[in-house]
Amino acid sequence: MLDQSFYTKTDEILSKYPAQERSLIPIIHEVQEAYNYVPLELLPYIAKHIGITETKAYSVASFYERFSFEPKGKYIIRVCDGTACHVRNSLPVLERLREELGLSSQKKTTDDMLFTVETVSCLGACSLAPALMVNDHVHPAMTPDKATEMLKTLREEDAKS
Amino acid sequence: MGKMIIDGIPVEFTDEQNILSVIRKAGIDLPTLCYHSELSIYGACRLCNVEDDRGRMFASCSERPRDGMIIKTSTPRLVQYRRLLIELLLASHHRDCTTCVKSGDCELQRLAHRLGVSSVRWGYKERTHKKDFSSPSIVRDPDKCILCGDCVRVCEGIQGINAIDFAHRGTEAMVIPAFNKDIAHTDCVNCGQCRVVCPTGAITINTNIRPVWEALADPNVKVYAQVAPAVRVAVGQAFGGAKGENVMGKIVAALHRLGFDDVYDTTFGADMTILEESKEFLEVFEKGGPFPLFTSCCPAWVSFCEKRWPEFRNNISTSYSPLQMLASVAREYYADPAKNEGKKIVSVGIMPCTAKKAEILREDLKRDGKQNVDYILTTEELISMIRRAGIRFDLIEGEAADMPFGIGSGGGVIFGNSGGVMEAALRTLCEGPERSSIEQLRNSGVRGPGPLREFTFTYKGNEIRAAVVSGLAEADALLRRIKSGESIYHFVEVMACRRGCIMGGGQPAHAGFRTKEARKHGLYESDVNTQIKKSNENPLALSVYDTLIKGREHELLHSHR
Repeated sequence: MLDQSFYTKTDEILSKYPAQERSLIPIIHEVQEAYNYVPLELLPYIAKHIGITETKAYSVASFYERFSFEPKGKYIIRVCDGTACHVRNSLPVLERLREELGLSSQKKTTDDMLFTVETVSCLGACSLAPALMVNDHVHPAMTPDKATEMLKTLREEDAKS
Repeated sequence: MGKMIIDGIPVEFTDEQNILSVIRKAGIDLPTLCYHSELSIYGACRLCNVEDDRGRMFASCSERPRDGMIIKTSTPRLVQYRRLLIELLLASHHRDCTTCVKSGDCELQRLAHRLGVSSVRWGYKERTHKKDFSSPSIVRDPDKCILCGDCVRVCEGIQGINAIDFAHRGTEAMVIPAFNKDIAHTDCVNCGQCRVVCPTGAITINTNIRPVWEALADPNVKVYAQVAPAVRVAVGQAFGGAKGENVMGKIVAALHRLGFDDVYDTTFGADMTILEESKEFLEVFEKGGPFPLFTSCCPAWVSFCEKRWPEFRNNISTSYSPLQMLASVAREYYADPAKNEGKKIVSVGIMPCTAKKAEILREDLKRDGKQNVDYILTTEELISMIRRAGIRFDLIEGEAADMPFGIGSGGGVIFGNSGGVMEAALRTLCEGPERSSIEQLRNSGVRGPGPLREFTFTYKGNEIRAAVVSGLAEADALLRRIKSGESIYHFVEVMACRRGCIMGGGQPAHAGFRTKEARKHGLYESDVNTQIKKSNENPLALSVYDTLIKGREHELLHSHR
């Protein structure tokens, strides 16, 4: 059972959109923005509000890689593994990040909920290859060592806040 | 209107919606997996691909016929393409064909044979998902799913439920309930239409063959069966008989051979339902509401109404369904030691319906904590039992159903058709000379094509506004109109499956248009050949009121929802 505050927040989001099927994706987007993930319990709630079945809401939400049903870390690191990044050695960057954080393709988020590491098919930043994103910020021309350095900086940033 | 050339032969077309229909009309059975004429067009399987004169390849199901088109349906390229598609489908399908319940009746298997796919180059898909046995009606086996989407479209489009849908994507795509929960914990109403359209073993009937067979073999148990109207017109074809032929006599004989001590006709129960339901209707009608009164025979409809339209719950007739009527009365009958011979009684319903498997478990249908019916066998399961026992159905001589519940009226037998319950109920209200008044009712609009029929009937100078609807999405739309006041009816019959029980979830699948029509006519013809037309003239049904259930009608024949 989710805390009541989740529903209050969702109501706030729902009130911004017409109660129609087409509002589903924008609503899920905003929910994910608010919590870093889409709490599963909210899907039937949203579906009911906009007049679709929970099955349909789940069908759409599970289709998009972008939507996550698992809570994510404070820093979401998206390593690009598109063609350009791949040929310019994005995999060693990914491996280094996983190694340092004790993550794998199955386990994507650290236990302290600080980091989430995932791959994406293309960031559209091919000229900066190999690239990765930390939340909304692009890091160009990555190397494994630069990745280690980046983690260190992020940890420091977190400690300060 | 126009003409096109298909494989060199000129073919006229009129109002066909797609090229596929024209091709099939021309006598070419183009293979398809995702095309069903009653579902929306999806174009997923690509097996119906054809080539035009410029070598362009496209799915014939989703292209309109145009005058002067030149179409080829089986060029080497197309044949190769189709084989490749099947091969790819097989590669991502858990192929335990020899022991699969669907083997021999599987559309995918049939197409692989037909198109000559003799090997699969891409290995074998191991089992990766658990089967879902949570429903009393159907079993889901996601490893057998080929993502054709037929079940999704029938569940959402025809039934308006959407209990299952596509989830995830790419190689992880699956057809599952929301959050991958058990199907029993969804809005599923157990209608079984998903398993009717499923071309593989991904959705199948949850079978009760084993416990029934064990009861039959137990000398301390007396097993009786009752056979629903729609079953008798769907069994013959499986044993080489004519489509839609009424083979009730042979079914009774086969059941006796299987070891059933008594075999009754659910048509008797249908007459009881009509007796009670028409009484109930007249009460409501004379009282002036609440309208409309809904029929209660279809368990998928009852479940749908409870889940989606709780405000109409109390408008559903409290009369038992025919299955429960007969079983409830039979329970009284077998309470007599002379009849039960000191044995335990096991009650089996042979039904065209998967939802009946859920109905028998309902708390409000139990008496003293015990179910009236122990097991439901669908028509498919009956066919399979006859096969396993090696009974030569084609050669067996027909027998009559056992007394005292072996006779039903013509009104009872048409219950299996959409509109049949309504017609049977209104027959009991027919005034004037029997033949002409029944004839008049028959032509009033209660019969006919389409999922919704509205008509009026005059009773003692008053007009009864009635509607007959089949398919739950259509029923849902009707309920919306009733709620808004846009449509006003006194009496509404709802059947969850399009065309009624003859196309129920437990009936042999692979029924094309001709089979559907034949089943319908089979039941209407049985009515024609029955001496007693009206349920309220069935002497056996009337007699139980003075004997077995005397003074206990309300307790024994009505649900206390």
